[in-house]
Amino acid sequence: MAKMTMREAVSQALWEEMERDERVFIQGEEVGVWGGTYAVTKGFYDHFGAKRVRDTPIAEAAIVGSAIGAALTGLRPVAELMTINFAFVAMDHIVNEAAKLHYMFAGQFKLPLVIRAVSGGGRQLAATHSQTPDAIFAHFPGLKVVSPGTPADAKGLLKSAIRSDDPVLFIENATLYQTRGEVPEGEDVLEELGKSKVQREGDDVTIVAYSKMVQAALDAADRLSEDGIEAEVVDIRSLRPLDMGPVIKSFKRTNRAVVAEEGWRSYGVGSEVAARIYEMAFDFVDAPVKRVAQAEVPLPYNADLEQLALPQTEDIYHAAKEIIYG
Amino acid sequence: MEKNEYLDLFQEMVVIRRLEERAAELYQQGKIGGFLHLYIGQEAVCAGICSVRQPKDRIITAYRDHGWAISAGIDPKIVMAELLGKKDGCSQGKGGSMHMADTDVNFWGGHAIVGAHIPIAAGMALGDVYQDNADAITICMFGDGATNIGFFHEGLNLSKVWNLPVLWVCENNQYGMGTAVERASAVSEIRQKAEGYGMPNERIEGMDVMKVRKEVSRVLESMREEGGPYLLEIMTYRYRGHSMGDPERYREKEEVKKWEDEDPIGVFRNYLLDEEIATKEELDEQENKAEEIIDEAVRFAESSPNPEKEALFDHIYAEETPIEYKGYRMERESEEK
Repeated sequence: MAKMTMREAVSQALWEEMERDERVFIQGEEVGVWGGTYAVTKGFYDHFGAKRVRDTPIAEAAIVGSAIGAALTGLRPVAELMTINFAFVAMDHIVNEAAKLHYMFAGQFKLPLVIRAVSGGGRQLAATHSQTPDAIFAHFPGLKVVSPGTPADAKGLLKSAIRSDDPVLFIENATLYQTRGEVPEGEDVLEELGKSKVQREGDDVTIVAYSKMVQAALDAADRLSEDGIEAEVVDIRSLRPLDMGPVIKSFKRTNRAVVAEEGWRSYGVGSEVAARIYEMAFDFVDAPVKRVAQAEVPLPYNADLEQLALPQTEDIYHAAKEIIYG
Repeated sequence: MEKNEYLDLFQEMVVIRRLEERAAELYQQGKIGGFLHLYIGQEAVCAGICSVRQPKDRIITAYRDHGWAISAGIDPKIVMAELLGKKDGCSQGKGGSMHMADTDVNFWGGHAIVGAHIPIAAGMALGDVYQDNADAITICMFGDGATNIGFFHEGLNLSKVWNLPVLWVCENNQYGMGTAVERASAVSEIRQKAEGYGMPNERIEGMDVMKVRKEVSRVLESMREEGGPYLLEIMTYRYRGHSMGDPERYREKEEVKKWEDEDPIGVFRNYLLDEEIATKEELDEQENKAEEIIDEAVRFAESSPNPEKEALFDHIYAEETPIEYKGYRMERESEEK
């Protein structure tokens, strides 16, 4: 085990996979000479060279579209979108091309492609640059959507995504880059895609979360513990495919659940998870499933207002308390 | 060119024409669903280009793709089976008219979002350069209408910035759906758009397959020497509507008639006769053979089975992934597990 930041974990995954497989290359805005707008690819350009660390024009359809084309020829591109908000500019290539070409041509086209994108608010970037629209992308069969909550998962899942023969949208949260955690060492330590993971055990309430909300859920669980309530935290890690197994297993024991996400509640990840809990474990329901999410406003610039809109640890704490005491 | 190559090329163009005429009938009978965009009138372009490309050169095009599928080397009966949505179709009935492909003959579709395949083509050329397959050229077709969308400009720009070996081919059939070029494009000579990217370009005539062959092989040769992208605007015309549901209010019958005088099959036929390469009887025989090929293709396609129900869940992903059926069955399925 080595202690490192989320940024280092992502960077290390990319570095190791590029060292391991000549077909892996990265492209995107400022990934090369600049070293990455979030410094994830610092040092890559000097080590791997311009062929494998490709600065692109600010043209997201070209970034994703050309990565799809390169993947079709047998390469394993990692296309970086500076933020997921810019994915809308490449929306057609993500949901209409990457997600569908394998199916539409009956398996002839393979897309071993990773699209990395930074999601989430909290950095005073105002409404257009602060969204958490992850659920939108998870709507489309054919695309895998993965979003880690810890450095260890970031590394293990990104490595699996790069080795996957399917297109993966890999969503990182910018405010998590500085968080630190233990990361197992070893080039082939992988985390399987499409598997939920129990991050904390408990018998009283299930908190389902992913990405930034995992830490918030763990913090809320610590506060609940002080009140004598033991929460189980299930990190879904992958929005598609969605592994409900550990969620249902936990729910059948706790009979109560809170689902936390950073994005908006309407038509969101929480809605999906809650609906599946009702469908799959209706007989075990003792209280309504609570959804904790972002206030439904375009995020404002002002730091206080922005934090007011974003879901916080205490929101998860109070949501859990509500369903435990009625 | 040997005599049999001329005859094969002639037969290929007639096969494409007959396949599409038959497809129109099958569409009227309700045997072909969805959209059907006929290529009739443009055959000299696909036949000409494919007859001078090398096998390593990738072909990728838009949704008016039946001619390209056949010229690239897919058997007409496989194309017909795909039109009918059958299991033996090149996309096993999952793609239909607009999504034909066969990677074994380096034909990469069949793409139906206008212009979206243009950046993809740039990426395929990047793949070839990256893997030291640098001599291969990606040949990417699109209509005049596609040159007004952002994908076109992003793709062209990238191909020039990265010096990618893409032959960009605008098949200018003069209408984007029902809107004439000059009503939709700021410049009516599409090739001018390549100037903005410092890209060599030219406009050529596209109704004479021999001319298309000559010009395109010259361009491909120069590209293999010089490297980098090239834009070719090929002037052509479709005699049928944009799709089967086109009321054709945007053009006069006289205009269509004028272009029919330049029918690429008639032009090629006359060339072969004038140059005494083939006799009338020999060409008639090719036409008859083409009819037989299409009769057989229709028989094959009609008797090909529908895809099995299980095929619904094949190829969503390359890797094994849990199946999600219609929602109301989810609970039952989880219990079955």
